[in-house]
Amino acid sequence: MSLHYLNTAELHSALTEGRLSSRQLTTACLNRIEMLNPSLNAFISVNADQALLQADRVDEKRRRGERVGVLGGLPLALKDNICQKLVPATCGSRMLQNFRPPYNAHVTERIEAEDGVIVGRLNMDEFAMGSSTETSFAGPSLNPWNRQRTAGGSSGGAAVAVASGMVPLALGSDTGGSIRQPASFCGVVGMKPTYGLVSRYGLIAYASSLDQIGPFSRDAFGAGLLLQAIGGHDSRDSTSIPVSAPSIEEIMAGVPGKLRVGIVDEHFGEGLQPEVGDCVRQAIAELEAAGATVSKVELPHSKFSIAAYYLIACSEASSNLARYDGIHYGHRADQFSDMTDLYCQSRGEAFGPEVKRRIMLGTYALSAGYYDAYYLKALKVRRRIREDFDRAFQSVDIIAGPVAPTPAFPLGEKLDDPLTMYLCDIYTISANLAGIPGISVPCGFTSDHLPVGLQFLAPELQDSRLLQAAKLFQQRTKWHEQHPELS
Amino acid sequence: MSSLSYTVIIGLEVHTQLRTRSKLFCGCSTDFRPDAPNSQTCPVCLGLPGALPVMNRKAFELSVRTALALNCRIAEFTKWDRKQYYYPDLPKAYQISQYDLPFSSGGWLEIAADDPGEPVRRIRITRAHLEEDAGKNIHDETGRGGDSMVDLNRTGTPLLEIVSEPDLRSAAEARRYLEEMRTLLLFIGVSDCNMQEGSLRCDANVNLHIHHADGSKTATPIVELKNMNSFRNVELAIEYEVKRQASQWQKTGQKIGDVPKQTRGWDAERGVTFAQREKEESSDYRYFPDPDLVPVVLTVQQIEDARKQLPETPAVRRDRFQNQLGLTAYDAAVIIDQGPEMTQYFEHTAQLCGDGKTAANWVTQDILRDLNAAGTPVSEFPVTAEILGTLLNWIREGRLTTKSARDVYSVLKEQAASGQSIAVGDIEVIVRERKLETVRDTGALQAAIAAAIAAKPEAAADVKSGKHAAAGPLIGMIMKQVAGADPKAVRELLLKTLADS
Repeated sequence: MSLHYLNTAELHSALTEGRLSSRQLTTACLNRIEMLNPSLNAFISVNADQALLQADRVDEKRRRGERVGVLGGLPLALKDNICQKLVPATCGSRMLQNFRPPYNAHVTERIEAEDGVIVGRLNMDEFAMGSSTETSFAGPSLNPWNRQRTAGGSSGGAAVAVASGMVPLALGSDTGGSIRQPASFCGVVGMKPTYGLVSRYGLIAYASSLDQIGPFSRDAFGAGLLLQAIGGHDSRDSTSIPVSAPSIEEIMAGVPGKLRVGIVDEHFGEGLQPEVGDCVRQAIAELEAAGATVSKVELPHSKFSIAAYYLIACSEASSNLARYDGIHYGHRADQFSDMTDLYCQSRGEAFGPEVKRRIMLGTYALSAGYYDAYYLKALKVRRRIREDFDRAFQSVDIIAGPVAPTPAFPLGEKLDDPLTMYLCDIYTISANLAGIPGISVPCGFTSDHLPVGLQFLAPELQDSRLLQAAKLFQQRTKWHEQHPELS
Repeated sequence: MSSLSYTVIIGLEVHTQLRTRSKLFCGCSTDFRPDAPNSQTCPVCLGLPGALPVMNRKAFELSVRTALALNCRIAEFTKWDRKQYYYPDLPKAYQISQYDLPFSSGGWLEIAADDPGEPVRRIRITRAHLEEDAGKNIHDETGRGGDSMVDLNRTGTPLLEIVSEPDLRSAAEARRYLEEMRTLLLFIGVSDCNMQEGSLRCDANVNLHIHHADGSKTATPIVELKNMNSFRNVELAIEYEVKRQASQWQKTGQKIGDVPKQTRGWDAERGVTFAQREKEESSDYRYFPDPDLVPVVLTVQQIEDARKQLPETPAVRRDRFQNQLGLTAYDAAVIIDQGPEMTQYFEHTAQLCGDGKTAANWVTQDILRDLNAAGTPVSEFPVTAEILGTLLNWIREGRLTTKSARDVYSVLKEQAASGQSIAVGDIEVIVRERKLETVRDTGALQAAIAAAIAAKPEAAADVKSGKHAAAGPLIGMIMKQVAGADPKAVRELLLKTLADS
């Protein structure tokens, strides 16, 4: 039996019922990684020994009849910005190439407690800044549907690993669309939970008020399972919301009755590639056929979302990344003349151009005399965007639309054109600014056979509603069961 | 040149480490451990990637207590801001502090005026805000250019910054303000205020207002003074700086705004201030709200509760000692300036003795003298407040004369010095053994008086006719008869007996 594309629920029950051992499944994943990773570059590092040890521990627990956590021995991988004790966390940057955190992230602890098996660490845009995984010091991840195309980003490695059957589950982080957009490009499910539902403790920050860890899977069940494992309150993160994550039973039991679906005109306007628009419209028609009602809602301030996002995200990034100064850890230049030069040389050598661009942009926006005009103004826009969603969700349960304006674009196409690259996030960014959950679900293919994603957005803490909508859609469609041809 | 007339303008920024067990945003210990660098650190205070701060509520409570004691307004909404600059002792390259919405503002602290006859001076407090302390850079001081080291034990220790308005008018006043601040912080239990260990630090902003013949004034450039690690050094540094600025004015005529604000250090050995290297960066700290922390919201009720729980401030206590216990202003100040332990010792003593003035006399004279001689804190002094208070109560009740009480006190100290533990019960033992108790049996006394008059009729006649000096030999005779008699009482009774005869 080929395990790589079994859906998560089947894998989970095979493990739970003892038809499959975690060691078997983990070994299969490790073999597949060994076979495919050299060409797809999804992983930055693989830790086979540690993974097999953990798999054996879970199998042993099960053999002894002890309680096994919700992940039940499923293998998974972490984006390279999530700390795992003493395992290098590079963040896709030369700056942290040799950095081994001395502690575990909250989600890492949760995964271990719930008997997940971490097999390795996934490629990403440097410090999660990018939409194509091309800014990684480890080189780009390649799209398994077409290796001339990008995987999306910044969690490109996670999307590729799940899409190519290397692992059934992965964790990414989403600051402006970094989970949902690569999920869309690679044809898998990717979810950004409500801000504060998953602790950021141990997630190496890009933009603290927007960053959120979330699951990748090929189906809603897998995403829900992983969310249950990692979600819930953590006192070490002051922005963590004091609630528990929805349980997988709660998610899978709930069937949205008459789902009220909102659509936004701007999501189907200029810039949207027609084939993508067609797929999404067809997906919404499918929901209607399933009993949903569709109505228009307005998000009048969403047109300012990219501008607000890049001011807030870059301002926070300029501050969050200031600690990489070559003094305490991370890259230090060999040659420098004095202390200031040590800072300049170390940072100059180790950061890539996109990271430098955003640090400079953020530093400028926070400077005396510009703060009110840029940062403060952006915060005001952010509040308006949140109010827009509050209003919209008074009349609908979810908002549906495209994830990104295009399918996966060719490698190198936008790398030297940052503004075009930034527009990749136009439909996803508002959710981060508003703190609400969003999910990307496969909903079709272009004529070039590139996957297209459908985005659902829900009100704050309605994460289970999102997963239920995704489940409903996947019950009626087979898009998520399509897999790339890989040799 | 005519002599220069000017007003000295001083504002102080006081930094005090709060007495919490753990740091402001993590669980690490705040103990002073220069011997074990970097031993009290964790991912949070090391500023490691991915680590997040969580506010220590205790530190915030102590801050609110301090601000209330300084008569500040407490904000119902306050937030945390990042103050950004690069320095090796600052591992995140920003300090979590409070910028535009500090948790408190607009208070005051009263201090005595330079001239004791003048009314107290009310020094306005601009604001007090809470922030995290930085670490410490340790440089090779051999001059051989060895590596610099960073110790991050102190990083993240809660630090309260208290900024005064430029209301201080002399170096002596600045020192008194700082001393009063220290006394206050000690009394309300928020800091140990150890200047040597850096738990109380002070920067001074100093300039002059030059008076001209036509009545107009010119302000000289403001200088910020740093590295003053004792009260005395604060006073000396400001005195020096005032003279330097006056002579600088006469030489250059530079006004405020003509030159950038200068930072000068104090060289205690040479007794001079010196220009410190200007910071590489200009002072654009790019403050913005820390997205890792949530704002702190207090209700009016919570603020009022904190106000109710505020311990008595030194100023209130000084008043109470004068009004309720009958102390002089001087004695009240002497006791309170010794700090909370001594004050508590005094209060306990006074309570047991039943007479504040007697207790104050003993505490400010005998006890302070002996403590200074022994160099021990009052907490280690063998004659506890309970013993002293009981002893003084015996005087008050007429059971011991002051002289006898001093004898008992000496014996108690000797016993303690020889290694015996002493207790309240020892007073009675010593008094009994040495027959020190005042004789209140007037029968025995009267018999002795009658005998003395009979023995020395000439002396008795002299006393009766008004020559009171002649009473001496008679009293001596009577005292020999009745050991432990109070000479004052004997004298009174003798005079009365003679007058009535």
